[in-house]
Amino acid sequence: MRIIVSLIAGLIFGLGLVISGMANPAKVQNFLDVFGIWDPSLAFVMAGAIAISAPGFIFAHHSVKPVFGSEFNIPTNQIVDQKLLLGSATFGIGWGIVGLCPGPAIVALTGSMSEIVVFLAFMIAGLVVVKTLKSEPGIFSTT
Amino acid sequence: METEFTPINSLFGGALIGISVLMLLLLNGRIAGISGIVSSVLPPDVNKPRFFENAAFILGLILAIPLVVFFSGNTPSQAITSNAFLLGAGGLLVGIGAATANGCTSGHGVCGLSRVSKRSIIATVTFMTAAAVTVFILRHVLGGVVS
Repeated sequence: MRIIVSLIAGLIFGLGLVISGMANPAKVQNFLDVFGIWDPSLAFVMAGAIAISAPGFIFAHHSVKPVFGSEFNIPTNQIVDQKLLLGSATFGIGWGIVGLCPGPAIVALTGSMSEIVVFLAFMIAGLVVVKTLKSEPGIFSTT
Repeated sequence: METEFTPINSLFGGALIGISVLMLLLLNGRIAGISGIVSSVLPPDVNKPRFFENAAFILGLILAIPLVVFFSGNTPSQAITSNAFLLGAGGLLVGIGAATANGCTSGHGVCGLSRVSKRSIIATVTFMTAAAVTVFILRHVLGGVVS
């Protein structure tokens, strides 16, 4: 059942990204281009998503367990550290350069842009590299 | 290239994203953080107990455009740089950054802001600022020399 829920949730998430314009890199870059040809549309994506999901988190906070699981897996980490700040800044630079973040990049795999395979290959490489570093002692270590 | 202001479509698409977040949260007890979900099906330590539900979510994302094309008959308009260096650098930075910050636009941006997480609010302000500055430099300082 959890697998079917995940499949449908992924599909709805993907449809949301396509319909909202988040899956169009040109639109994302125009949203970020406040001093140029600014297209504020994507602020409405965030507003629409949060308006629906925020009450769910309040509800989850007062519930014991999800329908198909034994517990809620909600992050409890409260630490603001260099990993959070530098990681977010790095992510933002990449997002700005191409106009794609991970969700839209995967959605775009079945779209009209063949260039997406280059972006995705490097994105996956980046995820794997950091994941590998996290599993070993060092600045990325999670333990 | 200019894009049309689409507040209604964007609000509706955002609402769909919100519904997906709600489903995953209330039914499966999970956060819809896409970089985390993608990362968990990748080596070195694949999350085996959760592999099929994470892969199913990714499959759902991949099926979105084919479904839109099937029902509307139109391919969604998308435009991206053709510069291979920018594509590679952008992808690498997005992957490294999201994994280091433990979240991206979905996990920190949508889910984190929805649950008023201090970490996620700081992450979101940071990546939005960095992204806007990057676009400013690319378009207005370098003036489209690279595009």
